[in-house]
Amino acid sequence: MQATETATQRSAAPGQGQRIDALIDEARHNMTICNACRYCEGFCPVFPAMERRRAFSPEDLKYLANLCHNCSECFYACQYAPPHEFAVNVPQSLSKLRTESYRQYAWPGPLARLFDRNGLVTALALAFGVTLLLLIAIALNGGLAPLVSNQHGGDFYALIPHNVMVITFGSVALFVLLALGMGSANFWRESGEGARALGDGKSWRQALAETFALRHLHGHGKVGCTYPDGYHSHARRYFHHFTFYGFMLSFAATVTGTIYHYVFGWVAPYELTSLPKLFGTLGGIGLLIGPAGLLYLKLKRDENTGDGKQLGMDVAFIALLWLTGATGLALMLFRETSALGLLLVIHLGVVMSLFVTMPYGKFVHGLYRLAAVYRNALESRRQGH
Amino acid sequence: MPKSTNAPSLGSGDLVHHDVLVIGGGNAALCAALSAREQGASVLMLESAPKVWRGGNSIHTRNLRSMHTAPTDVLTDAYLEEEFFEDVWRVTGGKTNEALARMVIRASETCTDWMKGYGVRFQPSLGGTLHLGRTNAFFLGGGKALVNTYYHAAERLGVKVIYEAEAQQLVFDGKRFDHALVSIGGETHQVSAKAVVVASGGFESNQAWLEEAWGPVSRNFLIRGTRFNQGKMLRSLLDNGAKSIGDPTQGHAVAIDARSPKYDGGIVTRVDCVSLGIVVNRDGERFYDEGEDFWPKRYAIWGRLIARQPDQIGYSITDAKAVGRFMPSVFPPEQADTLEELALKLDLPVASLLKTVDEFNAAVQPGHFDHSVLDDCRTRGITPEKTHWAQRLDEPPFFGYPLRTGITFTYLGAEVDEKARMYMASGELADNVFLAGEIMAGNILGQGYVAGFGMTIGTVFGRIAGTEAGHYAST
Ligand SMILES: Cc1cc2nc3c(=O)[nH]c(=O)nc-3n(C[C@H](O)[C@H](O)[C@H](O)COP(=O)(O)OP(=O)(O)OC[C@H]3O[C@@H](n4cnc5c(N)ncnc54)[C@H](O)[C@@H]3O)c2cc1C
Ligand code: SF4
Ligand code: SF4
Repeated sequence: MQATETATQRSAAPGQGQRIDALIDEARHNMTICNACRYCEGFCPVFPAMERRRAFSPEDLKYLANLCHNCSECFYACQYAPPHEFAVNVPQSLSKLRTESYRQYAWPGPLARLFDRNGLVTALALAFGVTLLLLIAIALNGGLAPLVSNQHGGDFYALIPHNVMVITFGSVALFVLLALGMGSANFWRESGEGARALGDGKSWRQALAETFALRHLHGHGKVGCTYPDGYHSHARRYFHHFTFYGFMLSFAATVTGTIYHYVFGWVAPYELTSLPKLFGTLGGIGLLIGPAGLLYLKLKRDENTGDGKQLGMDVAFIALLWLTGATGLALMLFRETSALGLLLVIHLGVVMSLFVTMPYGKFVHGLYRLAAVYRNALESRRQGH
Repeated sequence: MPKSTNAPSLGSGDLVHHDVLVIGGGNAALCAALSAREQGASVLMLESAPKVWRGGNSIHTRNLRSMHTAPTDVLTDAYLEEEFFEDVWRVTGGKTNEALARMVIRASETCTDWMKGYGVRFQPSLGGTLHLGRTNAFFLGGGKALVNTYYHAAERLGVKVIYEAEAQQLVFDGKRFDHALVSIGGETHQVSAKAVVVASGGFESNQAWLEEAWGPVSRNFLIRGTRFNQGKMLRSLLDNGAKSIGDPTQGHAVAIDARSPKYDGGIVTRVDCVSLGIVVNRDGERFYDEGEDFWPKRYAIWGRLIARQPDQIGYSITDAKAVGRFMPSVFPPEQADTLEELALKLDLPVASLLKTVDEFNAAVQPGHFDHSVLDDCRTRGITPEKTHWAQRLDEPPFFGYPLRTGITFTYLGAEVDEKARMYMASGELADNVFLAGEIMAGNILGQGYVAGFGMTIGTVFGRIAGTEAGHYAST
């Protein structure tokens, strides 16, 4: 009578090492009931993907966990949700398993422990980043004085030369890319698919379209998803869009700036109507609105539908994104003043810590989700529906 | 019953001065409450369950049957009045009020649009197993999503809902409803209104009443739906002289996994492999033709069959050939490499089970197995015969599911006219009493069951009852 054990009994398994097994059991319990019920199959791809399987291996379950967008629809619709003795709670159990899978895929392995205390790690990374850049600036400029003067006419590079920036950020970026790439490769390998399966153009097109539009937060009938409570709302999707596209625009600002610098030899500062400026301003605004909104929703959300343990990780990531936007905008606004030096150091420090924590924080959800959505597109194409 | 955790606090005036009182909290009650609001009436709705359990049996449903003359966005082809009515006629064996049945069938055509108007969503047409149907429209997310949507709409439109409010008794003045005695948070309140809609479901969760109808065997029944359908309103209506309709032993009973919870097991406890093997009773003996008919008819007969067996238990036994051929159910089957071992695991007499299987295997005739048609695989010379899909049970591993009677709902109710008004035993209509849903479904379904018709009756009569009650209250 396995299936009637309650969620509390199941998650009572002691010991950290058994945690993942307990989470796998819990997710399997949920999926077994869902597979016999199937009422939710129209909500999202998790249910059709589940129906393609008869038994649920740990690998399958982790894939399903990363396919779930935590929209909560299936929780509120579930006839077996607690207090029912079957205690079905798909978003919560998949959310917990998802968090655990981030640790498992992380590269290099030992650094996965950084997930455990994400809030603390982020704060330390932040302090470290700012201090490091401060030291660099001081060392290069012979003391604190130039940092607080306004003699540089708004020119960043007078404080920290372009080359120094490129070297520090470039090396961090390379490591981050490697770590993220390895993590994604771990995810893909565990899914049982080979590298060749990555080459399906149509599936990529579908997956990217679904991901960039956040299709699964539309809700069927475009009513939005049931988040942060049982009522339909588009809020989460909108705030996520602000965040994601804000981040992408900020990134684009850096990239166009670099191209200006190296390809055309146009050196900052740029005109207000220049691409780096436009991207940066819009991106910064997006990062002010989006993460703040997501945090607000997160704090308001129905605690039944999430993984409480994950909150620290989410908040840390959200806070860094917000700070990136805020300090970037401040830098733009006050660059002509004596605050430039400090603002620059702080902004770069924030960006640096955002970078280093990326492979060990909430950022990874984007990559694994994309991979899962792609895999889902691939599987459904193979099946012909 | 679960202990009340959030007994509602009532403000003064919460219980009085309403035009329409709706008793019940499932699909029929919600449709009535919304329809009464459409008439501009003020509405008070009383649901005996706490909020987390609101919605009655309706939360376990997945579709509703709907007539349509052309394909719609949620239904394929066409399903016309005649065919629909024939389906009803066939399953009820003619025990139906034809005028009412046809009225419901015709009205069902407008249901899905009305539902969508309140935000109800249906399954997209490209689903997997539950995809777009010809006769039935599937609710996206099932009945609980539907019920939530209605509750949100009711909230938006200002319907006053009180949970954990069980109406105990109705007080009539002749053939006019005067007030209801309602227990809320341990206190009894007197609630009056200009008109009342009673939509409180059947009495299937009331063990004492089931026992009255079925005898002590009913102690072994499991209830597939809510524990809150205690039938108190039905009893009170009958006590007040309502004209009853239907037979208390009629209702819908299916064979479900014996390990299911006593209440609210819902859809996942069904066992769908009966026709792929044999079914034996406690004594290891077969007792009915497992190949008689297709799902859902097969599904609907086995509940009653098992109720008649000793200890009201049965065991569906299959072998490796059945694997993957039926909908998975929630409990894993018992499994063994030999029949002896399986018998021990299921607590069945070994010798008797082996003898039953040997006789069965010897009687199986050669044929072409095809589960999608009534095929030519059958037995010869045993009692009872298995008339289709008979294959030898000889390929290990062997599987066994214990089966019990699962009651879906009861049909005993009170008689109504086409305006949902209730008849008194005298033959007159009550002044201001309207019925909807399972409490009056027996007018149309005297016996048997057409899948998805329960929600149709509830939606159609809920809308009529609400509209009429709202109308009555304003005149
Ligand atoms: C497992 C299962 C699956 C089903 N699947 C389908 C399907 O797919 N399609 C279909 O058409 N039908 C289905 N049915 C049948 C369907 O559930 C019923 O026909 C339908 O729900 C009846 O609606 P109702 O509103 O009359 O009753 P219910 O939904 O049962 O609502 C009765 C309500 O009244 C409340 N109540 C009871 N007594 C009192 C009182 N004294 N005071 C206040 N409140 C009270 C209860 O708490 C409950 O909220 C299924 C039934 C079950 C059990
Ligand atoms: S979440 Fe609940 S209602 Fe939805 S498919 Fe799973 S068991 Fe069924
Ligand atoms: S929470 Fe949303 S995305 Fe996740 S399984 Fe449920 S319906 Fe799908």
